[in-house]
Amino acid sequence: MYIIIALVALVFVVLTGVVISRLQNVLKSINKSDSTEVDTSGNKVNGAMFIVVLIVGAVSITWSYLHAREFFLPEASSVHGRRTDDLFWFSMGILTIPFIIVNFLIFFFAWKYQHKKDHRASFYPENHRLELIWTIVPAIVMALLVFTGWKAWSDITSDAPRDAEVIEITGKQFNWIARYSGVSDNKLGNYNYKLIDAQNEVGIDLSDENSFDDFTNPSEMHIPVGRPILLRIRARDVLHSVFIPHMRVKMDAVPGMPTKFWFVPDKTTADMRAELNDPKFDYEIACAEVCGQGHFSMKMRLIVEDEASYKKWCAEQATFLQTYPEYLAKVPENLKAKAMKYVPAEAATPADSSSGSVGAAGTSTSLR
Amino acid sequence: MSAIEGLETAHHHADEHEHHHEAQNFWQKYIFCEDHKVIAKQYLITGIMWAVVGISMSVIFRIQLGLPDSNLSWLKPILGGWISDSGKLDPNFYLALVTMHGTIMVFFVLTAGLSGTFSNFLIPLQIGARDMASGFMNMLSYWFFFIASVIMFASLFLQQGPAAGGWVIYPPLSALPQAHPGSGMGMTLWLASMALFIVSQLLGGINYITTVINLRTRGMSFDRLPLTIWSFLITAVLGLISFPVLLSSVLLLIFDRHFGTSFYLSDIYINGEALPNVGGSPILFQHLFWFLGHPEVYIVLLPGLGITSEVIATNSRKPIFGYRAMIASMLGIAFLAFIVWAHHMFVTGMNPFLGSVFMFLTLIIAVPSAVKGFNYITTLWRGNIVFTPGMLFSIGLVSLFVSGGLTGIILGNSALDIQLHDTYFVVAHFHLVMGAASAFGLFAGVYHWFPKMFGRMMNTTLGQIHFWFTFIGIYLVFIPMHYVGIAGFPRRYYQFTSYDFTNKFLDMNMFISIAAILSFLAQFIFLWNFFYSIFKGRRAPQNPWRSNTLEWTTPINPGHGNWVGEIPAVYRWSYDYSKPGAKEDFIPQNVPYSQTLESNFPHENELIATEKAIESQNFNDQFKSH
Repeated sequence: MYIIIALVALVFVVLTGVVISRLQNVLKSINKSDSTEVDTSGNKVNGAMFIVVLIVGAVSITWSYLHAREFFLPEASSVHGRRTDDLFWFSMGILTIPFIIVNFLIFFFAWKYQHKKDHRASFYPENHRLELIWTIVPAIVMALLVFTGWKAWSDITSDAPRDAEVIEITGKQFNWIARYSGVSDNKLGNYNYKLIDAQNEVGIDLSDENSFDDFTNPSEMHIPVGRPILLRIRARDVLHSVFIPHMRVKMDAVPGMPTKFWFVPDKTTADMRAELNDPKFDYEIACAEVCGQGHFSMKMRLIVEDEASYKKWCAEQATFLQTYPEYLAKVPENLKAKAMKYVPAEAATPADSSSGSVGAAGTSTSLR
Repeated sequence: MSAIEGLETAHHHADEHEHHHEAQNFWQKYIFCEDHKVIAKQYLITGIMWAVVGISMSVIFRIQLGLPDSNLSWLKPILGGWISDSGKLDPNFYLALVTMHGTIMVFFVLTAGLSGTFSNFLIPLQIGARDMASGFMNMLSYWFFFIASVIMFASLFLQQGPAAGGWVIYPPLSALPQAHPGSGMGMTLWLASMALFIVSQLLGGINYITTVINLRTRGMSFDRLPLTIWSFLITAVLGLISFPVLLSSVLLLIFDRHFGTSFYLSDIYINGEALPNVGGSPILFQHLFWFLGHPEVYIVLLPGLGITSEVIATNSRKPIFGYRAMIASMLGIAFLAFIVWAHHMFVTGMNPFLGSVFMFLTLIIAVPSAVKGFNYITTLWRGNIVFTPGMLFSIGLVSLFVSGGLTGIILGNSALDIQLHDTYFVVAHFHLVMGAASAFGLFAGVYHWFPKMFGRMMNTTLGQIHFWFTFIGIYLVFIPMHYVGIAGFPRRYYQFTSYDFTNKFLDMNMFISIAAILSFLAQFIFLWNFFYSIFKGRRAPQNPWRSNTLEWTTPINPGHGNWVGEIPAVYRWSYDYSKPGAKEDFIPQNVPYSQTLESNFPHENELIATEKAIESQNFNDQFKSH
């Protein structure tokens, strides 16, 4: 890389030298008298430059493309991701054709038809057939691209299958919080932003019995492989955007307007580690909508695992009520008995809340 | 061209007045001047100063991104506390820099600096008018812009920094001072400045439209207008329709910030407090913003395309290919510009069905854009090309416009946008197609019309060198930036070390930064050439590019009223270059067909009969009293 930078710098230095030497002529010619002829100074050099830049440009774009290829579109790990990747390369392939043709013509014509003394340009103001051709051909290509894109888009944004695993993800300055529906009822409880406080970070509404077995995790999200995952996306303060690069997932998190995105991950973290030959590989969730100072580091680990280990992990998680038994007070009287099931017997007294200040952090160490 | 539609412009002007030759004092002549040429220069100089500020900012954050270990202590004299003791850039100020870079470049440089300069300068000169329809409104337009500039510039020096939520200022981040330091006083000043800026744009736009419709000289029918004027007219209409929508979104944001309303705010818990606002929608702001924001892209780009059409035709010594198709495609682009805004919002949670509709409409825009691209190329074909600096920048513009436009077809596809949205792919795309392409339009215009503006020539060789540095530099910056985007790097990240998926590809980011710095340095060639030539440049001949348009029939240093004596009449379109049979390879618009019998086409010979009628009407001369 340093070699290239050095080369580029060298080119610039050489050009600077040309500038200085030319400057001498420039200063001499400043007080030249008026002429009615067209000033064609430097015409030959500039014409030649178009061909030089065309050739050097073509070579360096090809070379840099091959060089950068390994980083392009990190390995897709979801079903729709591979589809959009194919579509991307298909569109890119098609678009490369006009890119090459058009730029070639611009550069080549500029060189070929440079000013020659006593030569007349062709008076060629219009040609309806030509114009019709280059209106219709792009229109047809566009129609093709629209159609393939529209098919993919409507499949991706269709309603999630009924058996999808529903996980809530909430963005706040500056981290993500995942909430699971719990192992007993598999339903996310209600929430209300007015119930948010230092412990209840996503505003779980404990008057809804579905929330009793919910558990949250502010540092990692586990999902099962091979099953549809439906993310219910919320934001607590400002806009965020859930971005899971390897899953080709991106959806804004909007305060006051829950959004969603569903996808089917089909490679576990372990699969990817083997495939990429990188034992430290981890899926990551990032933020893609500017949200303030910590925008660049809203990282959450994403762990994709098989159904059994996922189930096991879920079962190991302490429910919100287990972590913060004092919230039992917010449960309405008629549901108290039901809620007690999710509170460890010895922890039912508010005295035992030593872990309270740590937050609702999950204790998983799997795959670490 | 065919019929004389100029006759329809024959209605009287209510406020025509006697022409007084009073000596003007310094203030009237250079400061509160109502002469369109001086106002154009005011816009240009202000625009250039803003460009220096805006591009310098990009250099600072490119150093942060590409050379993250560098010690920035040398910037302490300018940035003070924003550089930590260990020489690191403050993350909040990083966001402020990208925000202000976007705001300044889009609005203050490429809207005011480009369209403000050339609409003002060229409309009266090319349509054959003494001045704008209202010189006073025109003067107000510049001074509103100036006040907006002062406020925006002042916000850079605030203790908490200027606005920092991205140039799109999405609420709630921009609405809540507790969410970010940049959302405090910085955002207040940003909003105030933009409100004034919009006023300035509307005053200017109304003037441009009125002038083009009412003050064309005799014979200057719409089908004889140079494409520059068409592009300025369409741009002004776009601005007039879309800027008020931005003003309304700005006003509602001001209400939310200061008067406790909830247009954009709902269900927010921040800093340990649940806010009372419910029922608002941040998405509403995005709709309103992009209803301007997308036409804004074309407000920036169309003047550049218009200038390019003129410069390419002149210097290829050929008529522009497909004059009518060029107008039609500009009208098509302008119309479509209003119904594609939501392609910026595919992944905001907007109804996916809307996404499909907007994807379809967005990709249609590629068709008129393709027509323009091909027409430029055909204009080059079999030309006799003179590489003036203006011509080089115009050719460069076409290349950048096409290269950048093509990646837009990827981004306009909602399925592909899922992965690429808000990555560097987007940044690279719009910098090529609207940023660099429009900037090239600005350069082309400055090089081409500098002799008319200042009566002197800019140095050709330096201009050519400036072009090659800039052109190569732009591609060296933005082609690799596409690569970084395809790799998934999100934009507006202070650094890339927090994630494994971005903690690589370091060499590419370094390469981009170095290329950006070198292209930045190349702009000083232009600055030197520009300011030196104003005072010491070679004196300009009457018609240095041997061009057909009317501005070259004015005196070399046109005074107030542009033409001495009568305004010339117009008998032909502005693209009679290299006409078969003609003595010279250009025939200016004010030469009647009766004087060019050797080169007339049959249908043009028939027009000779109408010349008397054109000659005898003179309704639009503002200096004539009736």
